[in-house]
Amino acid sequence: MDVCIVRTGIANMASVMAGLRRAGASPHVSDGASEVAQAPAVVLPGVGAFGAGMKLLRENGLIAPLRQRIDEGRPTLAVCLGLQLLLEQSEESPGETGLAVVPGAGATRFPPTVRVPQMGWNRVEPEKGCALLEPGYAYFANSFRLEQPPGGWSSARTEHAGPFISAFERGAVMACQFHPELSGRWGLDLLRRWLERARRA
Amino acid sequence: MLIPRIIPCLDCRDGRVVKGVKFQGLRDAGDPAELAAAYEAQGADELVLLDVSATPEGRSHQVETVRKVREKLSIPMTVGGGVRNAENARALLEAGADKVGVNTAAVHDPTVLTEIATRFGSQCAIIAIDAAAPAEGDGWEVVILSGTKRTGIDAIEWAQRAVEHGAGEILLTSWDRDGTRSGYDNELMRAVSKAVTVPVIASGGADSPEHFVEALRAGADAVLAASIFHYGDYTVQELKQLLQREGIEVRL
Repeated sequence: MDVCIVRTGIANMASVMAGLRRAGASPHVSDGASEVAQAPAVVLPGVGAFGAGMKLLRENGLIAPLRQRIDEGRPTLAVCLGLQLLLEQSEESPGETGLAVVPGAGATRFPPTVRVPQMGWNRVEPEKGCALLEPGYAYFANSFRLEQPPGGWSSARTEHAGPFISAFERGAVMACQFHPELSGRWGLDLLRRWLERARRA
Repeated sequence: MLIPRIIPCLDCRDGRVVKGVKFQGLRDAGDPAELAAAYEAQGADELVLLDVSATPEGRSHQVETVRKVREKLSIPMTVGGGVRNAENARALLEAGADKVGVNTAAVHDPTVLTEIATRFGSQCAIIAIDAAAPAEGDGWEVVILSGTKRTGIDAIEWAQRAVEHGAGEILLTSWDRDGTRSGYDNELMRAVSKAVTVPVIASGGADSPEHFVEALRAGADAVLAASIFHYGDYTVQELKQLLQREGIEVRL
């Protein structure tokens, strides 16, 4: 399956590409608005800062196409910072507005009582209603997180300074705070399920 | 709860994995991509690829090696060895590294960490610290240039300063223990682990499962080892099963 990866910087692009290839997809990278609007499946990756990520999406005219395809339930996978970009705001970049696919939601920084960044493997526990997400260990690398489950989505929880939302899904749209492309066999299987779901969309 | 990571380290020279003590008497140990895939299959949580090439020509294989390993590897990869600036980091990240380890260059100019963290995120900017007991007095000092030069810089203070400059993780190698198979320097780990909030990886000296347990109890978030795995004493999976029996949560 042809998958369009939104260009959001350099870091982690190669890992996302390689992971999708291993899962059987044909990925390519683009920052073209029409391509992001029309591609059968889109991955919004992203590591780095919330503000820089939104600036790039705005400059490339990608805010409306991304919002629209997610609102219409068309196959989209957001990874790591990609999940946070779906929110309305983040403590990382005060004053910056996100894609607000989850209106009113914001990312907050982990307290200094735990290791920050959260770097390593942690347990993902999906709630009932998740079709793609399954329990298991996933690899995380993040300093900010979503604390409350978004309304209208099925969520998975993980513990680091209390529970946070490690992923949410609705139909063929899924957002993961962890990196499925770096989460071994478990992550590869998750990418395959998402691609399978995307083919049926 | 984050669980401890077990990290095999591949020392690479001229595009091949080598093994030896303190980079002396190196012997060929195989193809990096094949070994990386084998370690992932054994249950490795992450991989460190350290370029120990003695020459720029040897190091020119580094980016291509990263690319080949990435194609096979579904776990995170940190790449280090000879990283001098953000441009070196960019090339490695573009080829498929998830994090880049900086050592000597950061001691000369810590703003290299800031630049990598700003451009690519602090989770990419790993400070690799080689620490050794000073010739006189207590504590640990930073050594650079593969241990050939002592700096007189206090290792604990340097760890804190590197984090202030943007480092998102510390790869802490005891230069006194590295290659000796006499166990990690747990006092050093305890001191660094308490001094910073970023994760700390223990490195240098592992020879038995007890050494891993001791380092984790001393505050290590992850444990790195090379020879114990390369020489086939334990597979990663065997080690993890032993850790689990000690009550340590692992990913099996």
